Amino acid sequence: MKSSQSAALERRKFFADPVMVITIALLTVLLALFILYPLAMLLLDSIYVRETSLVPVSQVRAGTADVPLSEDGTIRVLDNKGKAVDVQPDALEGAWGCLYAKNGRVLKEGDEIDPENVYVKVQKRYVTFDAFPRIFADYTFNTAFFNTLKLGMITSFGSVIIGLMFAYVDCYVNVRSRAVRKMFDVVSTLPVVSPPFVLSLSMILLFGRGGLITRELLGIYDSNVYGMWGIAIVQTLTFFPVCYMMLKGLLKNIDPSMEEAARNMGAGRMKVFTTVTLPLMLPGLGNAFLVTFIESVADFANPMMIGGSYDTLATTIYLRITGGSYDTNGAAAMAVVLLSITLVLFLIQKYYLEAKTAATLSGKASRARALIDDRSVRVPLTILCSLISAFVIMMYIAIPFGALFKLWGRDYSLSLKWFQQLFRDDGFKAFKDSFLLSLIASPITALLSMIISYLVVKKRFRGKAFIEFVSMLAMAVPGTVLGVGFIRGFAGGVFRTGFLQGIYGTGIILVIVFVVRSLPVGTRSGISALRQIDKSIEESAYDLGAGSAKVFLSVTLPLIKDSFLSGLVTTFVRSITAISAVILLVTPRYLLITCRINEFAEKGAYGVACAYATILIVITYAAIVIMNWVIKHFGTSKAVRLKEE
Amino acid sequence: MAQKEKKGVRLDHISKIYNDPKTGKAFYAVRDVSLVIEPGSFVTLLGPSGCGKTTTLRMIAGFESPDEGEIYLGEEPINALMPNKRDTAMVFQSYALFPHYNVYDNVAYGLKLRKMPKREMDERIAKILDLVELTGMETRMTHQLSGGQQQRVALARAMVVEPSVLLFDEPLSNLDAKLRVSMRTEIRRIQQTLGITAVYVTHDQAEAMAISDHIIIMNKGVIAQMGTPEEIYHHPQSEFVADFIGEVNFLEGDVTAVGEGACTVSIDGHAVQVANPDGFEVGKRCKLVLRPEAGILADTGALPCKVALSCFMGAYQNYHVMVGDTLVKLADYCPVGRKVYRVGDTAYLSFREGCVHML
Ligand SMILES: Nc1ncnc2c1ncn2[C@@H]1O[C@H](COP(=O)(O)OP(=O)(O)OP(=O)(O)O)[C@@H](O)[C@H]1O
Ligand SMILES: [Mg+2]
Repeated sequence: MKSSQSAALERRKFFADPVMVITIALLTVLLALFILYPLAMLLLDSIYVRETSLVPVSQVRAGTADVPLSEDGTIRVLDNKGKAVDVQPDALEGAWGCLYAKNGRVLKEGDEIDPENVYVKVQKRYVTFDAFPRIFADYTFNTAFFNTLKLGMITSFGSVIIGLMFAYVDCYVNVRSRAVRKMFDVVSTLPVVSPPFVLSLSMILLFGRGGLITRELLGIYDSNVYGMWGIAIVQTLTFFPVCYMMLKGLLKNIDPSMEEAARNMGAGRMKVFTTVTLPLMLPGLGNAFLVTFIESVADFANPMMIGGSYDTLATTIYLRITGGSYDTNGAAAMAVVLLSITLVLFLIQKYYLEAKTAATLSGKASRARALIDDRSVRVPLTILCSLISAFVIMMYIAIPFGALFKLWGRDYSLSLKWFQQLFRDDGFKAFKDSFLLSLIASPITALLSMIISYLVVKKRFRGKAFIEFVSMLAMAVPGTVLGVGFIRGFAGGVFRTGFLQGIYGTGIILVIVFVVRSLPVGTRSGISALRQIDKSIEESAYDLGAGSAKVFLSVTLPLIKDSFLSGLVTTFVRSITAISAVILLVTPRYLLITCRINEFAEKGAYGVACAYATILIVITYAAIVIMNWVIKHFGTSKAVRLKEE
Repeated sequence: MAQKEKKGVRLDHISKIYNDPKTGKAFYAVRDVSLVIEPGSFVTLLGPSGCGKTTTLRMIAGFESPDEGEIYLGEEPINALMPNKRDTAMVFQSYALFPHYNVYDNVAYGLKLRKMPKREMDERIAKILDLVELTGMETRMTHQLSGGQQQRVALARAMVVEPSVLLFDEPLSNLDAKLRVSMRTEIRRIQQTLGITAVYVTHDQAEAMAISDHIIIMNKGVIAQMGTPEEIYHHPQSEFVADFIGEVNFLEGDVTAVGEGACTVSIDGHAVQVANPDGFEVGKRCKLVLRPEAGILADTGALPCKVALSCFMGAYQNYHVMVGDTLVKLADYCPVGRKVYRVGDTAYLSFREGCVHML
């Protein structure tokens, strides 16, 4: 009975709206070009082999060589400029420019020629999955692979446990001290503000061989923070606040009466936790676990800085690429392996666990929970959480001091010499470049993500699922993989045709990477903001005669202004602190702060590294303070927010 | 306000098919609906929840596209027009005011889109705000208004652009009962002042009766009956319609004799006289549709009954009586001075002239 009239009408209405059509077409192209295409190129590179080899002419003639022959009997050989030329096998003698000596030297007319020693260069192209067994047989890669998984397990396990404890204390325990509560807040916002490797840096400063705590306080002279446990601790401390925030959201939604009912039936507190609270949270815990796992696997900066000889996939790939490996397929295959891990986890997380979490814990708690006041629960948990918070805060405080002490480990008198050195050096340019590129990326990302969320939430059109999926996909792509993908995809232009090759090695490609990396975050926040808005508000604007662009600009955007503003700042902060992808793409024309920190830290110049990191933290912190201020004073009015609730 | 040419709306065999989100099966949300709305008239779509009222309205506005049929605005087919190109304005159940604009800017939104000069715009807005009695509130933000005031802003915003058709989707359902009554009078007054064609969706039958020129009763996506409120109330064409509008009693009987414009119906063996405009024939089984106020209890009469409940409601005396096995609810208005029957009394039921209808 389904008639297609409505579909046809929808289509006509859709195409009567050129702004929408163009926007969607443009978005589709951009997403395909800058997210899907580089990943596709990686995949292709890992299985598609172009192999050039020298083949003796005599064998070609005899037909015994494995040479691509076309139907008209010509063979395709590569000339000395690398271009493909079709020649008749019989005419090979005179084909100067296509003939080589055994050592690869190009033969010129007039050279003395030994007929047994004339070769042509042929290229074979074929699809093979050989690269995968090959890299797994490679000891370094194999170790890195299992290292990464092991690290991911440890880190996500630790993060979820600590995050759960914080969330539990926050939601269930009557923490009397306001100072402790304040500390919780600080700890939950710090990782948002901080560049990725700050904790590694301070870990080295505090607990390394010359560490302030290990050496000066405890007198340990051979402490070694480099390695798996170093990374695991640093990653756990970096990622647990994310788990904390996720789990807090869940715990808040548990209806206290369920637990009270269990208590009423005589269950002890521990029993209630294990039989009611925990089972309800299970999908949510799994969710947090996977999110952390993805983050840990994708993390590049910490393993790079504190990993020592403990290599992970991200660092191994980076070293392969920058180390000038000739195994193109192998490097691509490694990136594909890393991508597959995160992608599979992402798909499980997004399509299985997220739905499950929503199903078990839907709706709001009916009323406030009676907080646990029992000393035997309250005191130990509060102390434990406070200690962890204090530890994290201390790690951050170490950074500015690392920049201010004259020589860490030797001379603890204060001086500004590292800052001076930074600016005497090219520090100013690094800040300018990082700052400008991030500043350019942020409005682009914020606007794009608002447009995407608008289309996804409020519009019906073909290809919507594609736009939504691809813009979220970037969340699952480790920076390193994206970086390699961009190299493979754009170094020779799109599909190696030279198209868009101009952007390679420029600031444009860095900005694009920044945008791609932040798009999922902005889009997610835009989508959840838009879901709150009654669709009839926009419909009434349409109904009064506004076209879709007008509706977006005059109604939708003002209503999600907060989300837009936070998208601006989040992108800025994420961009200016990004390293994993851009470190592969940056050229000497641009200096990026994060890459500089990495360089200095590698050299052991911790003073300058800390000076950079300190200024970087100040910048990101200032950006967030400004954002909050702007949102408070110029954001969506309180009334709008109230109405949405 | 200057009037442009009034336009009516015509729906020509309109259907809308949706897929059930759970089972994925297609079903008709609206099926083969044809109706003509005269220019300047006030028509109400009335029906139980889920019967397709909103869907019909949204098709007229252009938010949904019909799967079959064509919609005309005046003489022009508008199926393929986008909502913003249709000369309609809708008042939403949630009001859908722009929360980031004040009253003035909300009302001005449509006019600004039409690039109206500022002076003329101010005049128009002043007039319409005067009409909805919101003068002096121009600079208020919408959340600083009461529900009724917000509703009037929504009304003003829709009307100020002088659309050919005003569409209302349960505009009063968020208001309290008292306000609902006064607002519906208001809407009717303003609509009549401006003479705009209006299509109004509600599931409140009293509201529909009070404001409409015509009522269209819908059930499960199809039109059950169309007519003036009086026709619908007094001459429901189906049990569904009779039951849906007001209180009703059904009495089953057989036609035993047919006379001039009337017939005799035997109920439980008791013969009663009923008007017979639809020409029922002898031997036909029929149902008498009896509104509570159309029955009279007396000490003598044709139809004996037993009083099962009798209670004083102020404006009327409420009776439940048993006619055979059938429970009949009656309302005796202005009972002062008449005999009041008590529970257990036997009485005789007769019908007010012309108030009983046969199905
Ligand atoms: N987008 C949709 N997809 C699938 N089914 C829908 C959709 N919109 C409405 N329906 C279904 O179509 C039918 C008619 O819906 P409609 O909103 O027109 O009802 P209504 O008469 O306005 O009811 P109410 O008085 O509750 O507002 C309902 O069964 C509803 O579930
Ligand atoms: Mg409805």
